Amino acid sequence: MAALRSSASVLLGAAASRPALRAAAAAPAAVRGMAQLADGAQHSTTASGEQPKLKTFQVYRWNPDTPTEKPRMQSYTLDLNKTGPMVLDALIRIKNELDPTLTFRRSCREGICGSCAMNINGTNTLACLCRIPTESSADIKIYPLPHTYVVKDLVPDLTHFYKQYKSIKPYLQRDTPSPDGKEYRQSKADRKKLDGLYECILCACCSTSCPSYWWNSEEYLGPAILLQSYRWLADSRDEKTAERRDALNNSMSLYRCHTILNCTRTCPKGLNPGLAIAQIKKEMAF
Amino acid sequence: MIAQRAGTTALRRVAGKPNSFFTANVAKLGLAQPLSTTQTRPVATQKITAADAQALLAKQRLNRPVSPHLAIYDKQQTWFGGSAWQRITGSALSGGLYVFATAYLVAPLAGWHLESASLAAAFGALPLAAKGALKFLAAWPFAYHAVNGVRHLAFDLGYGFKRQTIVKTGWYIWGVSVVGGLYLAFFL
Repeated sequence: MAALRSSASVLLGAAASRPALRAAAAAPAAVRGMAQLADGAQHSTTASGEQPKLKTFQVYRWNPDTPTEKPRMQSYTLDLNKTGPMVLDALIRIKNELDPTLTFRRSCREGICGSCAMNINGTNTLACLCRIPTESSADIKIYPLPHTYVVKDLVPDLTHFYKQYKSIKPYLQRDTPSPDGKEYRQSKADRKKLDGLYECILCACCSTSCPSYWWNSEEYLGPAILLQSYRWLADSRDEKTAERRDALNNSMSLYRCHTILNCTRTCPKGLNPGLAIAQIKKEMAF
Repeated sequence: MIAQRAGTTALRRVAGKPNSFFTANVAKLGLAQPLSTTQTRPVATQKITAADAQALLAKQRLNRPVSPHLAIYDKQQTWFGGSAWQRITGSALSGGLYVFATAYLVAPLAGWHLESASLAAAFGALPLAAKGALKFLAAWPFAYHAVNGVRHLAFDLGYGFKRQTIVKTGWYIWGVSVVGGLYLAFFL
Protein backbone atom coordinates (compact mmCIF):
# COMPACT_ATOMS: atom_id res chain seq x y z
CA MET A 1 0.00 0.00 0.00
CA ALA A 2 2.92 2.35 -0.47
CA ALA A 3 0.86 3.85 -3.26
CA LEU A 4 -1.53 5.34 -0.71
CA ARG A 5 1.02 7.93 0.10
CA SER A 6 3.66 8.93 -2.36
CA SER A 7 4.55 11.77 -0.05
CA ALA A 8 6.87 13.91 -2.10
CA SER A 9 4.87 13.76 -5.28
CA VAL A 10 1.63 14.28 -3.42
CA LEU A 11 2.99 17.37 -1.75
CA LEU A 12 4.35 18.76 -4.97
CA GLY A 13 1.21 17.84 -6.79
CA ALA A 14 -0.95 19.49 -4.19
CA ALA A 15 1.15 22.61 -4.36
CA ALA A 16 0.67 22.81 -8.09
CA SER A 17 -3.03 22.07 -8.11
CA ARG A 18 -4.29 24.12 -5.21
CA PRO A 19 -4.39 27.85 -5.55
CA ALA A 20 -4.19 28.17 -1.79
CA LEU A 21 -0.87 26.38 -1.71
CA ARG A 22 0.47 27.81 -4.92
CA ALA A 23 0.86 31.06 -3.07
CA ALA A 24 3.75 29.46 -1.20
CA ALA A 25 6.20 30.68 -3.79
CA ALA A 26 4.78 34.17 -3.83
CA ALA A 27 4.64 34.61 -0.07
CA PRO A 28 6.93 37.21 1.46
CA ALA A 29 10.25 35.96 2.71
CA ALA A 30 9.99 37.67 6.08
CA VAL A 31 9.38 35.22 8.89
CA ARG A 32 7.11 36.29 11.70
CA GLY A 33 5.64 34.67 14.76
CA MET A 34 2.26 33.13 14.48
CA ALA A 35 -0.51 35.67 14.04
CA GLN A 36 1.60 38.36 15.61
CA LEU A 37 2.33 41.92 14.78
CA ALA A 38 5.85 42.59 13.77
CA ASP A 39 7.76 44.08 16.67
CA GLY A 40 8.56 47.77 16.91
CA ALA A 41 11.68 48.11 14.77
CA GLN A 42 10.49 45.74 12.10
CA HIS A 43 7.14 47.43 12.17
CA SER A 44 8.47 50.88 11.39
CA THR A 45 10.49 49.65 8.42
CA THR A 46 7.61 47.71 6.93
CA ALA A 47 5.19 50.53 7.58
CA SER A 48 7.33 53.13 5.85
CA GLY A 49 8.60 50.90 3.05
CA GLU A 50 5.56 48.88 2.05
CA GLN A 51 2.03 49.54 1.05
CA PRO A 52 -0.45 47.81 3.34
CA LYS A 53 -1.58 44.56 1.72
CA LEU A 54 -5.23 44.46 2.65
CA LYS A 55 -7.15 41.24 2.46
CA THR A 56 -10.79 40.70 3.34
CA PHE A 57 -11.93 37.55 5.08
CA GLN A 58 -15.60 36.66 4.93
CA VAL A 59 -16.42 34.41 7.84
CA TYR A 60 -19.57 32.42 8.56
CA ARG A 61 -21.18 33.56 11.80
CA TRP A 62 -23.96 31.99 13.83
CA ASN A 63 -24.55 32.51 17.51
CA PRO A 64 -26.41 29.86 19.55
CA ASP A 65 -27.46 32.53 22.06
CA THR A 66 -29.68 34.06 19.38
CA PRO A 67 -30.77 30.90 17.54
CA THR A 68 -33.56 32.58 15.59
CA GLU A 69 -31.10 34.85 13.80
CA LYS A 70 -30.00 33.40 10.49
CA PRO A 71 -26.34 32.58 9.88
CA ARG A 72 -24.55 35.45 8.15
CA MET A 73 -21.20 36.25 6.57
CA GLN A 74 -19.10 38.85 8.35
CA SER A 75 -16.18 40.61 6.68
CA TYR A 76 -12.89 41.42 8.37
CA THR A 77 -10.04 43.22 6.65
CA LEU A 78 -6.46 42.63 7.70
CA ASP A 79 -3.09 43.96 6.56
CA LEU A 80 -1.19 40.89 5.41
CA ASN A 81 2.14 42.61 6.17
CA LYS A 82 1.30 42.28 9.83
CA THR A 83 -0.24 38.83 9.70
CA GLY A 84 1.30 35.39 9.67
CA PRO A 85 1.21 33.45 6.39
CA MET A 86 -1.56 30.99 7.19
CA VAL A 87 -5.31 31.39 7.36
CA LEU A 88 -5.24 30.31 11.00
CA ASP A 89 -2.87 33.20 11.76
CA ALA A 90 -5.41 35.54 10.22
CA LEU A 91 -8.28 34.04 12.22
CA ILE A 92 -6.32 34.31 15.47
CA ARG A 93 -5.47 37.92 14.68
CA ILE A 94 -9.12 38.69 13.94
CA LYS A 95 -10.07 37.15 17.28
CA ASN A 96 -7.30 38.97 19.16
CA GLU A 97 -7.66 42.38 17.61
CA LEU A 98 -10.95 42.81 15.77
CA ASP A 99 -13.67 40.58 17.19
CA PRO A 100 -13.19 38.43 20.28
CA THR A 101 -16.59 36.79 19.74
CA LEU A 102 -15.38 34.92 16.64
CA THR A 103 -15.31 31.24 17.57
CA PHE A 104 -13.24 28.47 16.02
CA ARG A 105 -11.29 25.42 17.14
CA ARG A 106 -7.51 25.43 17.00
CA SER A 107 -4.75 23.79 18.91
CA CYS A 108 -1.43 22.69 17.47
CA ARG A 109 -1.18 25.18 14.53
CA GLU A 110 1.00 22.67 12.64
CA GLY A 111 -1.42 20.20 11.10
CA ILE A 112 -1.19 17.40 13.62
CA CYS A 113 -4.29 17.85 15.79
CA GLY A 114 -6.96 18.39 13.15
CA SER A 115 -8.90 20.93 15.20
CA CYS A 116 -8.93 23.80 12.73
CA ALA A 117 -10.58 21.88 9.87
CA MET A 118 -12.88 24.22 7.96
CA ASN A 119 -14.02 25.09 4.46
CA ILE A 120 -11.72 27.72 3.00
CA ASN A 121 -12.48 29.08 -0.48
CA GLY A 122 -14.66 26.09 -1.30
CA THR A 123 -12.33 23.31 -0.20
CA ASN A 124 -12.07 21.64 3.18
CA THR A 125 -8.65 21.99 4.70
CA LEU A 126 -6.83 22.76 7.93
CA ALA A 127 -6.60 26.51 8.45
CA CYS A 128 -3.11 26.08 9.88
CA LEU A 129 -1.82 24.38 6.70
CA CYS A 130 -3.61 26.71 4.26
CA ARG A 131 -1.62 29.71 3.08
CA ILE A 132 -3.45 32.97 2.57
CA PRO A 133 -3.52 33.31 -1.23
CA THR A 134 -1.64 36.51 -2.04
CA GLU A 135 -1.64 36.44 -5.84
CA SER A 136 -5.26 37.51 -6.13
CA SER A 137 -7.08 40.24 -4.25
CA ALA A 138 -10.29 38.21 -4.03
CA ASP A 139 -11.92 37.84 -0.63
CA ILE A 140 -11.30 34.64 1.30
CA LYS A 141 -14.49 32.84 2.26
CA ILE A 142 -14.41 30.69 5.37
CA TYR A 143 -17.25 28.34 6.31
CA PRO A 144 -17.52 25.54 8.85
CA LEU A 145 -17.15 21.98 7.54
CA PRO A 146 -20.02 21.44 5.05
CA HIS A 147 -23.31 19.79 6.04
CA THR A 148 -22.55 19.58 9.74
CA TYR A 149 -24.60 20.95 12.61
CA VAL A 150 -23.05 24.25 13.64
CA VAL A 151 -22.31 24.67 17.33
CA LYS A 152 -21.12 28.24 16.90
CA ASP A 153 -19.49 30.15 14.04
CA LEU A 154 -16.82 27.80 12.63
CA VAL A 155 -17.28 25.04 15.20
CA PRO A 156 -19.06 21.96 13.81
CA ASP A 157 -20.73 19.25 15.88
CA LEU A 158 -18.68 16.10 15.23
CA THR A 159 -20.37 13.87 17.82
CA HIS A 160 -21.75 11.49 15.22
CA PHE A 161 -18.41 11.34 13.40
CA TYR A 162 -16.64 10.23 16.58
CA LYS A 163 -19.40 7.73 17.32
CA GLN A 164 -18.89 6.20 13.90
CA TYR A 165 -15.17 6.00 14.59
CA LYS A 166 -15.90 4.14 17.83
CA SER A 167 -18.21 1.76 15.95
CA ILE A 168 -15.38 0.33 13.83
CA LYS A 169 -13.44 -0.75 16.95
CA PRO A 170 -10.27 1.16 16.19
CA TYR A 171 -7.90 -0.95 18.22
CA LEU A 172 -5.90 -4.15 17.82
CA GLN A 173 -8.04 -7.25 18.35
CA ARG A 174 -6.37 -10.59 18.76
CA ASP A 175 -6.74 -13.75 20.82
CA THR A 176 -3.45 -15.58 20.35
CA PRO A 177 -0.53 -14.42 22.44
CA SER A 178 2.67 -13.40 20.71
CA PRO A 179 5.18 -16.24 20.15
CA ASP A 180 7.89 -14.68 22.31
CA GLY A 181 5.44 -13.36 24.90
CA LYS A 182 6.75 -9.82 24.45
CA GLU A 183 5.34 -7.99 21.45
CA TYR A 184 3.32 -8.64 18.33
CA ARG A 185 5.92 -8.47 15.60
CA GLN A 186 5.34 -7.84 11.93
CA SER A 187 7.57 -7.84 8.87
CA LYS A 188 8.80 -4.63 7.30
CA ALA A 189 6.57 -5.33 4.31
CA ASP A 190 3.51 -5.69 6.55
CA ARG A 191 4.39 -2.50 8.41
CA LYS A 192 4.67 -0.72 5.09
CA LYS A 193 1.02 -1.49 4.37
CA LEU A 194 0.05 0.88 7.16
CA ASP A 195 1.90 3.85 5.65
CA GLY A 196 -0.58 6.37 4.36
CA LEU A 197 -3.19 5.05 6.78
CA TYR A 198 -1.85 5.62 10.28
CA GLU A 199 -1.13 9.30 9.58
CA CYS A 200 -4.83 10.15 9.48
CA ILE A 201 -5.66 12.69 12.21
CA LEU A 202 -9.46 12.43 11.92
CA CYS A 203 -9.93 16.09 11.05
CA ALA A 204 -13.13 15.17 9.14
CA CYS A 205 -12.13 17.23 6.08
CA CYS A 206 -12.66 14.27 3.75
CA SER A 207 -15.89 12.98 5.24
CA THR A 208 -17.52 16.40 5.10
CA SER A 209 -16.36 16.92 1.51
CA CYS A 210 -18.23 13.82 0.36
CA PRO A 211 -21.71 14.47 -1.11
CA SER A 212 -22.62 10.88 -0.34
CA TYR A 213 -21.78 11.52 3.31
CA TRP A 214 -23.79 14.77 3.23
CA TRP A 215 -26.94 12.87 2.27
CA ASN A 216 -26.33 9.61 4.18
CA SER A 217 -24.19 10.44 7.20
CA GLU A 218 -26.52 8.58 9.55
CA GLU A 219 -25.54 5.20 8.09
CA TYR A 220 -22.67 5.68 5.64
CA LEU A 221 -19.37 5.70 7.51
CA GLY A 222 -17.66 8.22 5.25
CA PRO A 223 -14.10 8.32 3.90
CA ALA A 224 -12.23 9.11 7.14
CA ILE A 225 -13.77 6.26 9.10
CA LEU A 226 -13.40 3.86 6.16
CA LEU A 227 -9.72 4.76 5.84
CA GLN A 228 -9.37 3.99 9.55
CA SER A 229 -11.31 0.78 8.96
CA TYR A 230 -8.83 -0.22 6.29
CA ARG A 231 -5.96 0.66 8.62
CA TRP A 232 -7.15 -2.22 10.88
CA LEU A 233 -8.08 -4.54 8.00
CA ALA A 234 -4.59 -4.13 6.59
CA ASP A 235 -2.83 -4.70 9.91
CA SER A 236 -1.11 -8.11 9.85
CA ARG A 237 -1.34 -8.35 13.66
CA ASP A 238 -5.13 -8.00 13.82
CA GLU A 239 -7.05 -11.29 13.94
CA LYS A 240 -10.63 -10.06 13.55
CA THR A 241 -10.33 -9.21 9.86
CA ALA A 242 -13.30 -11.40 8.92
CA GLU A 243 -15.54 -9.78 11.57
CA ARG A 244 -14.45 -6.33 10.49
CA ARG A 245 -15.33 -7.15 6.88
CA ASP A 246 -18.70 -8.59 7.91
CA ALA A 247 -19.53 -5.36 9.72
CA LEU A 248 -19.00 -3.42 6.48
CA ASN A 249 -20.84 -5.90 4.28
CA ASN A 250 -24.17 -4.11 3.89
CA SER A 251 -25.61 -1.59 1.48
CA MET A 252 -24.90 1.51 3.60
CA SER A 253 -21.69 1.34 5.66
CA LEU A 254 -19.26 1.02 2.77
CA TYR A 255 -21.11 0.89 -0.52
CA ARG A 256 -22.51 4.44 -0.38
CA CYS A 257 -19.07 5.35 -1.72
CA HIS A 258 -19.54 6.13 -5.41
CA THR A 259 -15.89 7.05 -6.04
CA ILE A 260 -16.68 10.75 -6.19
CA LEU A 261 -13.15 11.21 -4.79
CA ASN A 262 -13.61 14.66 -3.25
CA CYS A 263 -12.02 12.98 -0.23
CA THR A 264 -8.68 12.35 -1.89
CA ARG A 265 -8.68 15.80 -3.44
CA THR A 266 -9.27 17.57 -0.14
CA CYS A 267 -7.14 15.63 2.37
CA PRO A 268 -4.84 18.22 4.00
CA LYS A 269 -2.39 15.48 4.98
CA GLY A 270 -2.02 14.21 1.39
CA LEU A 271 -3.52 10.80 2.24
CA ASN A 272 -5.77 8.86 -0.09
CA PRO A 273 -9.07 7.78 1.51
CA GLY A 274 -10.52 7.03 -1.94
CA LEU A 275 -7.84 4.43 -2.60
CA ALA A 276 -8.26 2.90 0.86
CA ILE A 277 -12.00 2.48 0.22
CA ALA A 278 -11.27 0.97 -3.20
CA GLN A 279 -8.94 -1.52 -1.52
CA ILE A 280 -11.65 -2.52 0.96
CA LYS A 281 -14.14 -2.99 -1.88
CA LYS A 282 -11.60 -5.06 -3.79
CA GLU A 283 -10.87 -7.28 -0.79
CA MET A 284 -14.60 -7.75 -0.20
CA ALA A 285 -15.16 -8.69 -3.85
CA PHE A 286 -12.32 -11.12 -4.51
CA MET B 1 -4.49 11.15 48.87
CA ILE B 2 -5.21 13.76 51.50
CA ALA B 3 -1.82 13.28 53.03
CA GLN B 4 -0.35 13.82 49.59
CA ARG B 5 -2.23 17.09 49.14
CA ALA B 6 -1.15 18.31 52.54
CA GLY B 7 2.38 17.51 51.49
CA THR B 8 2.17 19.59 48.33
CA THR B 9 0.63 22.45 50.26
CA ALA B 10 3.45 22.36 52.68
CA LEU B 11 5.94 22.28 49.84
CA ARG B 12 4.33 25.32 48.26
CA ARG B 13 4.65 27.20 51.47
CA VAL B 14 8.26 26.20 51.89
CA ALA B 15 8.99 27.26 48.34
CA GLY B 16 7.82 30.74 49.36
CA LYS B 17 5.53 31.16 46.38
CA PRO B 18 2.08 31.79 47.76
CA ASN B 19 -0.59 30.59 45.36
CA SER B 20 -3.02 33.46 45.17
CA PHE B 21 -5.91 31.26 44.06
CA PHE B 22 -5.40 28.87 46.89
CA THR B 23 -4.92 31.43 49.65
CA ALA B 24 -7.88 33.46 48.37
CA ASN B 25 -10.12 30.45 48.76
CA VAL B 26 -8.73 29.61 52.15
CA ALA B 27 -9.58 33.08 53.34
CA LYS B 28 -13.04 32.86 51.83
CA LEU B 29 -13.80 29.62 53.54
CA GLY B 30 -12.50 30.84 56.83
CA LEU B 31 -10.16 27.91 57.09
CA ALA B 32 -7.15 29.81 58.13
CA GLN B 33 -5.41 26.71 59.34
CA PRO B 34 -1.74 26.26 58.66
CA LEU B 35 -2.39 23.17 56.50
CA SER B 36 -5.66 23.22 54.66
CA THR B 37 -6.70 20.14 52.71
CA THR B 38 -9.77 21.53 50.95
CA GLN B 39 -9.86 23.08 47.52
CA THR B 40 -12.78 24.69 45.76
CA ARG B 41 -12.92 25.17 42.04
CA PRO B 42 -14.73 28.11 40.50
CA VAL B 43 -15.97 25.99 37.57
CA ALA B 44 -17.57 22.56 37.92
CA THR B 45 -18.67 19.97 35.39
CA GLN B 46 -21.69 17.75 35.76
CA LYS B 47 -21.67 14.09 34.93
CA ILE B 48 -24.71 12.94 32.95
CA THR B 49 -25.69 9.58 31.54
CA ALA B 50 -25.23 8.69 27.89
CA ALA B 51 -29.00 8.74 27.33
CA ASP B 52 -29.29 12.20 28.88
CA ALA B 53 -26.39 13.42 26.78
CA GLN B 54 -28.09 12.13 23.64
CA ALA B 55 -31.36 13.82 24.60
CA LEU B 56 -29.52 17.08 25.24
CA LEU B 57 -27.76 16.80 21.89
CA ALA B 58 -31.05 16.17 20.09
CA LYS B 59 -32.53 19.26 21.75
CA GLN B 60 -29.53 21.38 20.77
CA ARG B 61 -29.66 20.13 17.19
CA LEU B 62 -33.21 21.41 16.80
CA ASN B 63 -31.72 24.90 17.00
CA ARG B 64 -28.45 24.36 15.21
CA PRO B 65 -28.29 25.26 11.52
CA VAL B 66 -26.74 22.85 9.03
CA SER B 67 -23.66 24.43 7.54
CA PRO B 68 -23.83 25.23 3.80
CA HIS B 69 -22.64 22.48 1.45
CA LEU B 70 -23.50 22.26 -2.26
CA ALA B 71 -23.77 26.02 -2.59
CA ILE B 72 -20.29 26.75 -1.26
CA TYR B 73 -18.19 23.69 -2.11
CA ASP B 74 -15.68 23.97 -4.96
CA LYS B 75 -17.88 24.21 -8.08
CA GLN B 76 -15.48 22.18 -10.19
CA GLN B 77 -15.90 19.21 -7.88
CA THR B 78 -19.61 19.47 -7.19
CA TRP B 79 -20.97 20.46 -10.62
CA PHE B 80 -18.52 18.67 -12.92
CA GLY B 81 -17.98 15.56 -10.83
CA GLY B 82 -17.64 12.42 -12.92
CA SER B 83 -19.62 10.27 -10.51
CA ALA B 84 -22.68 12.54 -10.55
CA TRP B 85 -22.66 12.83 -14.35
CA GLN B 86 -22.21 9.09 -14.73
CA ARG B 87 -25.49 8.70 -12.88
CA ILE B 88 -27.25 11.54 -14.72
CA THR B 89 -26.24 10.30 -18.18
CA GLY B 90 -27.04 6.71 -17.26
CA SER B 91 -30.49 7.68 -15.99
CA ALA B 92 -31.14 9.78 -19.09
CA LEU B 93 -30.13 6.95 -21.45
CA SER B 94 -32.07 4.21 -19.69
CA GLY B 95 -35.00 6.55 -19.01
CA GLY B 96 -35.10 7.46 -22.70
CA LEU B 97 -35.07 3.80 -23.64
CA TYR B 98 -37.94 3.00 -21.27
CA VAL B 99 -40.03 5.93 -22.51
CA PHE B 100 -39.50 5.04 -26.17
CA ALA B 101 -40.02 1.29 -25.67
CA THR B 102 -43.24 1.88 -23.75
CA ALA B 103 -44.47 4.32 -26.38
CA TYR B 104 -43.59 1.78 -29.10
CA LEU B 105 -45.68 -0.87 -27.32
CA VAL B 106 -48.63 1.46 -26.84
CA ALA B 107 -48.40 2.94 -30.36
CA PRO B 108 -50.74 0.46 -32.16
CA LEU B 109 -53.40 0.98 -29.48
CA ALA B 110 -53.06 4.76 -29.44
CA GLY B 111 -52.77 5.05 -33.20
CA TRP B 112 -49.23 6.59 -33.18
CA HIS B 113 -46.79 5.87 -35.98
CA LEU B 114 -43.49 4.96 -34.31
CA GLU B 115 -42.38 2.25 -36.73
CA SER B 116 -38.87 2.64 -38.17
CA ALA B 117 -39.97 3.65 -41.66
CA SER B 118 -42.10 6.60 -40.53
CA LEU B 119 -39.50 7.74 -37.96
CA ALA B 120 -36.76 7.64 -40.61
CA ALA B 121 -38.94 9.63 -43.01
CA ALA B 122 -39.76 12.24 -40.37
CA PHE B 123 -36.09 12.53 -39.34
CA GLY B 124 -34.93 12.77 -42.96
CA ALA B 125 -37.13 15.82 -43.52
CA LEU B 126 -35.30 17.85 -40.80
CA PRO B 127 -32.51 20.34 -41.62
CA LEU B 128 -28.94 19.14 -41.03
CA ALA B 129 -28.37 21.22 -37.87
CA ALA B 130 -31.54 19.90 -36.24
CA LYS B 131 -30.56 16.34 -37.16
CA GLY B 132 -27.12 16.81 -35.60
CA ALA B 133 -28.51 18.48 -32.47
CA LEU B 134 -31.05 15.70 -31.91
CA LYS B 135 -28.42 13.03 -32.40
CA PHE B 136 -26.00 14.88 -30.10
CA LEU B 137 -28.64 14.84 -27.36
CA ALA B 138 -28.42 11.06 -27.37
CA ALA B 139 -24.79 10.71 -28.46
CA TRP B 140 -23.16 12.86 -25.76
CA PRO B 141 -24.68 11.02 -22.77
CA PHE B 142 -23.73 7.74 -24.44
CA ALA B 143 -20.15 8.87 -25.04
CA TYR B 144 -19.79 10.27 -21.52
CA HIS B 145 -21.26 7.20 -19.89
CA ALA B 146 -19.07 4.87 -21.93
CA VAL B 147 -15.75 6.70 -21.38
CA ASN B 148 -16.38 7.52 -17.73
CA GLY B 149 -17.56 3.95 -17.20
CA VAL B 150 -14.10 2.75 -18.16
CA ARG B 151 -12.62 5.21 -15.66
CA HIS B 152 -14.88 3.83 -12.94
CA LEU B 153 -13.82 0.26 -13.81
CA ALA B 154 -10.22 1.39 -13.40
CA PHE B 155 -11.12 2.91 -9.99
CA ASP B 156 -12.72 -0.38 -8.96
CA LEU B 157 -9.45 -2.15 -9.73
CA GLY B 158 -7.55 0.39 -7.66
CA TYR B 159 -5.99 2.44 -10.47
CA GLY B 160 -6.00 6.17 -11.11
CA PHE B 161 -6.25 7.42 -7.53
CA LYS B 162 -3.38 9.90 -7.59
CA ARG B 163 -4.70 13.37 -6.92
CA GLN B 164 -3.36 14.77 -10.18
CA THR B 165 -4.71 11.82 -12.14
CA ILE B 166 -8.20 12.28 -10.70
CA VAL B 167 -8.31 15.94 -11.70
CA LYS B 168 -6.80 15.38 -15.14
CA THR B 169 -8.87 12.36 -16.16
CA GLY B 170 -11.99 14.18 -14.97
CA TRP B 171 -11.38 16.95 -17.51
CA TYR B 172 -10.20 14.57 -20.26
CA ILE B 173 -13.49 12.73 -20.03
CA TRP B 174 -15.47 15.92 -20.60
CA GLY B 175 -13.34 16.69 -23.65
CA VAL B 176 -13.42 13.20 -25.09
CA SER B 177 -17.17 12.82 -24.55
CA VAL B 178 -18.00 16.13 -26.26
CA VAL B 179 -15.74 15.35 -29.23
CA GLY B 180 -17.08 11.80 -29.39
CA GLY B 181 -20.67 13.03 -29.14
CA LEU B 182 -20.10 15.53 -31.98
CA TYR B 183 -18.51 12.81 -34.10
CA LEU B 184 -21.41 10.42 -33.51
CA ALA B 185 -23.92 13.22 -34.21
CA PHE B 186 -22.46 14.64 -37.42
CA PHE B 187 -20.27 11.97 -39.01
CA LEU B 188 -22.12 8.75 -38.34
